[in-house]
Amino acid sequence: MTQLTIKRQALRKPSSKRRKSCPFSVPNTPPIDYKDLKVLTRYVSERGKIIPSRISAVSAKKQRELSKAIKRARFLALMPYVVG
Amino acid sequence: MALYESVIIGRQDLTLSQFEALIEEFISVLKSQEGDVKKREYWGLRNLAYKINKNRKGHYTLLNIDAPTSAISEYERLMGLHEDIVRFLTIKIDEINDNPSPMMNGKTERSRSESSENSFTPAAKKNGE
Repeated sequence: MTQLTIKRQALRKPSSKRRKSCPFSVPNTPPIDYKDLKVLTRYVSERGKIIPSRISAVSAKKQRELSKAIKRARFLALMPYVVG
Repeated sequence: MALYESVIIGRQDLTLSQFEALIEEFISVLKSQEGDVKKREYWGLRNLAYKINKNRKGHYTLLNIDAPTSAISEYERLMGLHEDIVRFLTIKIDEINDNPSPMMNGKTERSRSESSENSFTPAAKKNGE
């Protein structure tokens, strides 16, 4: 156990880059909406897949909302399920 | 009563007036059961992102509804049976946003650019790449 924690700390230290903060957790951001395609298309890959939050840096809470919104937009044929 | 937001997609070969009449029909179903429509938007004849029952396009409309659950279930049941309705989605919302939805801005922008450029081919080519 102790060894493991030490290892983790050691791993974290060298990457001194600050983690990007969630783009939806800034004040005055409009709520995530399935009708707002301009926002939703930014969080979808070229293939139409939802981009993982570890890449887009969206917080877990907002990612849940976002994925729900994207899935609603897909159901209404506003966005594709797959591209190509 | 609860607030709902409903998006309805009508078949592409309906005329606008036919589609509007269809929506009126469903609104009257809601109203007969003490429901009310607070906001109504027409998004136009949009391209579908994928084919649904051989439809490539659809008339989109958005309704914000204040109605009891029983009215909503009847309204949804009738829409499911109707042949001219391609798809619908009704979700519960906490409050009605009186501003036009983002879809309305996009539509006006696009119709403006389409009328000025008056050509579909460049956009189609871009998608193909």
